[in-house]
Amino acid sequence: MVRWFVILPWAASVFATALTFRWMLNGYYGFFNTLFVDFGIIKEPIDWLGYPNVALAWMVVVAVFVSLPFTSFVLLAGLQTIPNEIREAAQVDGSSAWRTYWKIIFPLLRPALLVALVINLINVFNNFPIIWVITQGGPGNSTDVTTTFMYKLAFRSQEMGQSAALATFNFIIIFLFILLFLRVSGWRQQNEK
Amino acid sequence: MKNKQMLKTTLLAITGYLVAFLFFLPYLHMLTTATKPDNELFMMPSLYLPTEWQWNNFVDTFSNAPIGIYMRNSVIIALSATFIVLLVALPAAYYVARFRFRGRVAFLLLVLVTQMLSPVALVVGIYREVVTLGLVNTYLSLVLVNAAFNLAFAIWIMAGFFASIPSEIEDAAFIDGCSRFMALRKITIPLALPGIATALIFTFIAAWNEFVIALTLTSTVDKRPLTVGINTFIGQYQVQWNYLFAAAFISIIPVVILFGSIQKWLVSGLTAGSIK
Repeated sequence: MVRWFVILPWAASVFATALTFRWMLNGYYGFFNTLFVDFGIIKEPIDWLGYPNVALAWMVVVAVFVSLPFTSFVLLAGLQTIPNEIREAAQVDGSSAWRTYWKIIFPLLRPALLVALVINLINVFNNFPIIWVITQGGPGNSTDVTTTFMYKLAFRSQEMGQSAALATFNFIIIFLFILLFLRVSGWRQQNEK
Repeated sequence: MKNKQMLKTTLLAITGYLVAFLFFLPYLHMLTTATKPDNELFMMPSLYLPTEWQWNNFVDTFSNAPIGIYMRNSVIIALSATFIVLLVALPAAYYVARFRFRGRVAFLLLVLVTQMLSPVALVVGIYREVVTLGLVNTYLSLVLVNAAFNLAFAIWIMAGFFASIPSEIEDAAFIDGCSRFMALRKITIPLALPGIATALIFTFIAAWNEFVIALTLTSTVDKRPLTVGINTFIGQYQVQWNYLFAAAFISIIPVVILFGSIQKWLVSGLTAGSIK
C-alpha cells in the first residue's frame, strides 16, 4: 500500500506535479502559506516565488520530491541483491543492528546508491518542466537553468543558433556525467565478458 | 521481547504511512482544489478542504475545454509510440541478449547515451528536422519522437530479462525441432513477458506524460495531447485552478493505475537491466 503512494510522483507527470506545487506556493492563497501560518512557523503569507533564491530552493524541493520514487526503487532493487545470509552471519557474530547496517549493508549497497545518484544528477540537470511550470525562469531570468534558457533562446528570441550552442555545451556536461555513470556502474567489465 | 518486536513493527508501519501521506499530499491538494467552488479558490487564508465538494467540476472541465479531444490525442500518440517500441525494441533486445557480435558494446553504449540526453537540448534539432520533413503539427511526428525517446530504456529492460532466461531452454526447443523464431514465440517471449510488459507500460506512461516536444511541435487543438492541453488553461484566461486541477487529475489517473500494475516487476527490471 505504501508503495502505491510512493510511486505517485513517478507515475504522475512531472508537469502535473510541478503545477500543483506552483499553486501550493502561491503568495496569497497557497497551501504552504496557510499551513505554515496555522502552525506558527511564519507570521504572514510569503510570496515564495517572488524571490529568486527562495524560488530556487523550492524547486530543489520539487526536484527531490519527483526523484525520490525512482531512487527508492533502485535502492530496493539493490537491497534485494544482498543475500539474507550475510546479515544473519553478522548477527551470529554479535553485531548490533545499527552496526550491521553501517558496516555491511551500506557498503554493499554502494553500487546501487552511486547509480541512483548519477542518474538523478542527469535527470534533474536535464529537467525542464519543473522550472518552466513553476516560474518560467522568472522573476526576470533569475531562476533560469540551461534547459529553460535554451528554450527561451530558440522559441522566444528566435536565436536558434545560440540555443543550439547552449545545447551543445549542455551535452558536454551531460557526457561527463555519463562517463561517471559508466565508471561507477562497472558497466564495461559487465558487458565485455 | 515480544512486546518490543510489536512496538517496532507498529512504529515502522506508522513511519511508512507518514511517508506515504507526505507523497500523497500534493495530489490530495490537487483533488481538493479541483473540487472547490470558484469562490473558495481565492480565499485568505485558504481552506484545506472545500466546504462543498463540487464533483461537478470534473464534468464541467469537459465542456470548458476540449479535454476529450486532448485525451484522444494522448491515447493515439502514446499507443502508437508504444507499438513502434514493441516492434523495434523486442528484436533488438533479443539479439543483444543472445549474441556476442562486433560492436555490441558500442551499440549498448550508444543506446545508453541517447537515453540520457535532455529532450529540451534536442528540441531545436528535432523541430528543424520535423519542419524539413513537413511533419509539423502531425501525430506522426510526436509518435516517432516519443518512440525514439523510449527505445533505449525498453531495449535495456527487455535485454536484461532475455539475458536472465537460460539459453539452454531454447537449445532444448531446437533439439525438439523448433526454429529459432518459433522458440522465441513459444518459449522466450512468454517467459520474458513481465519484462516486455514493464518496458511497454513504461513507454506508454513516458509518452503520455511528455510535455516539451509536444509543446513545440503542436499548434492546433485537434493535435495537442493532454499535457499541453492542460497548459493552455494557464494564460488563456485567468487561471481557473479548480478546472485546471480537475483536468490534471483526470490525466494522471490512467497512468497511476498502469504504473501500479508494473511496479512489482520494476524492481526486478532495474536489477536485471541497469544495476547488475
